[in-house]
Amino acid sequence: MKAKIINFLETSGFSWSVPMVRLAAGESPREQCQELFSLLGLPIIAVAIFLLMWGGVATQVNTSLGQLPGPTQVWQQATTLYDEHVEEREKEVAFHERQELRNAKKLEKNPDAEIKVRPYTGKATFFDQILTSLLTVFTGFLMATIIAIPIGIACGLSDRLYTAVSPLIQIFKPISPLAWLPIVTMVVSAVYVSDDPMFEKAFITSAITVMLCSLWPTLINTAVGVASIDRDLINVGRVIRLHWTAQVFKVALPAALPMIFTGLRISLGIGWMVLIAAEMLAQNPGLGKFVWDEFQNGSSDSLGRIMVAVLTIGIIGFILDWFMVTLQKLFSHDPNASIR
Amino acid sequence: MSALSNAVNKIITSRESTIDNSAAPVNEDLPKEHPMTEKAYLEVSHTSIEFPTKKGPFKALDDVNLKIDKGEFISLIGHSGCGKSTVLNIIAGLLQATEGGVILEGREVNEPGPDRAVVFQNHSLLPWLTVYQNVELAVKQVFRGKKTKAEMAEWIEHNLELVHMSHALHKRPSEISGGMKQRVGIARALAMQPKVLLMDEPFGALDALTRAHLQDSLMEIQKDLQNTVVMITHDVDEAVLLSDRIVMMTNGPEATIGEVLEVKLDRPRNRVELADDSEYNRYRSEVLKFLYERQRKPEEKVA
Repeated sequence: MKAKIINFLETSGFSWSVPMVRLAAGESPREQCQELFSLLGLPIIAVAIFLLMWGGVATQVNTSLGQLPGPTQVWQQATTLYDEHVEEREKEVAFHERQELRNAKKLEKNPDAEIKVRPYTGKATFFDQILTSLLTVFTGFLMATIIAIPIGIACGLSDRLYTAVSPLIQIFKPISPLAWLPIVTMVVSAVYVSDDPMFEKAFITSAITVMLCSLWPTLINTAVGVASIDRDLINVGRVIRLHWTAQVFKVALPAALPMIFTGLRISLGIGWMVLIAAEMLAQNPGLGKFVWDEFQNGSSDSLGRIMVAVLTIGIIGFILDWFMVTLQKLFSHDPNASIR
Repeated sequence: MSALSNAVNKIITSRESTIDNSAAPVNEDLPKEHPMTEKAYLEVSHTSIEFPTKKGPFKALDDVNLKIDKGEFISLIGHSGCGKSTVLNIIAGLLQATEGGVILEGREVNEPGPDRAVVFQNHSLLPWLTVYQNVELAVKQVFRGKKTKAEMAEWIEHNLELVHMSHALHKRPSEISGGMKQRVGIARALAMQPKVLLMDEPFGALDALTRAHLQDSLMEIQKDLQNTVVMITHDVDEAVLLSDRIVMMTNGPEATIGEVLEVKLDRPRNRVELADDSEYNRYRSEVLKFLYERQRKPEEKVA
């Protein structure tokens, strides 16, 4: 039981909580406390020192929008943003109630009256924008994955194909998302024409830009992973006369999975970084737009609010990475491999 | 006593069958290792192989001829780089001979197939599958439409039982030792019910004690199944202990078969008893002489 819990915590990235479990199970308290200190105490101390230094330096920097916000101001802005979110939700509920009431009254007077149900069109809150950003990044990431893995497998299986495609990969890989964006915007507005669009153009533009940039790590890792499969494993498949599709799905793909997940992890990280820039320029209502709008707004609270967004971007990036590491650990064949 | 006479009988009958196979009249001078028969079970015939390199073609094997009877255990021995593995890979169909070819039961084979199962040196189990699933992958593929699900399950368990791995059916390769992995590799090959079992230095990566254990297991299995086996080894003791014939290869390039030594030791063979056996030691020294006097490694000659 204890071993199971510890194993679960370690694969899911909560190894810092393992000493607590051991403590609860009554294992040598002294040792476990030391372990707990090094796993949890040291990072906490480092964060505390960072906050102190930040607070100290911030008061020294004066900008046209006032002093650079320290940790306390940022915290205040974070609570304000939360309050605004709650307020906006209350307004939305009130709006719907009013609408229902009005419609009910109309129907009372005249049962045949045409009633209109309108969606609420209040401004997006900070939390709505986080959700938009996440949706956009996952859309782009998913598109990239769907394209990159099959091409990667094909490149890994055939040296010739890889030689042929390699220069294209090398040229497109280092291109900045900002360079892609104008082209993507123009293409999307030319191609994606519809009277009742399911998605906003800005959303599509951002997602495609994310895709273009997060394609390459997955593609390259998949190709390398498939190409470096142990020859003998392929030969096992040949000896038992596996059909080539079975050879791909039962041997090549599982053998390359750890490498593929390493690629996916890098891709998602890049995708998240690219997204913020893309949202700023494409005006997709996500975190990037939030930062840009606050910058243009230029109130005395703006810097604090931007700082909240910056930290949120970092924390979400960290959570995404942690999620991918957990997947990576689950799909790793070598239990002793250290994945950081 | 009866065991001994049984063994002697076996040798006599096997000799008779050899003679039966050959249409030639009984002739004592006929080299025993090359029965002039047209109906060898497995025949490697005038086989050469060239690999293209930047400096032109490299001829690794030159005119290899080998005839193997059904149920025979053959060892291929030679210095590293002499092309033993190449011979095995040609028999397996994993490599294509440039000249000549391989005939199994009267039919030429030139692509891999489960009738020539291979036990690879580094076990080559799929690391994401359990022991059971690894064997299952092969069994499902080979006996599709021939066995029911229940029969397949029974067959998989039976083969893992043969190699004494029933206790770890649902463990993954990373959770078992090197020797156990090799046992599973052997079970997977046996489960294909091959006509010829090909083993590429199956115990080369194991420590001496584990190796001895596995050799004993293999002899035990071989006693019951009487498989036709071609095994590559660089271990002289292993070759003498396990084989009916030892095929010694010359150094490459253009390697070929140097000598063939028939090992006429009674079975079952016991490694402890054989250690002091003069016959055993004579075979051993013959192989050693071939390897270290007639076929010294080229770099040693220079030095």
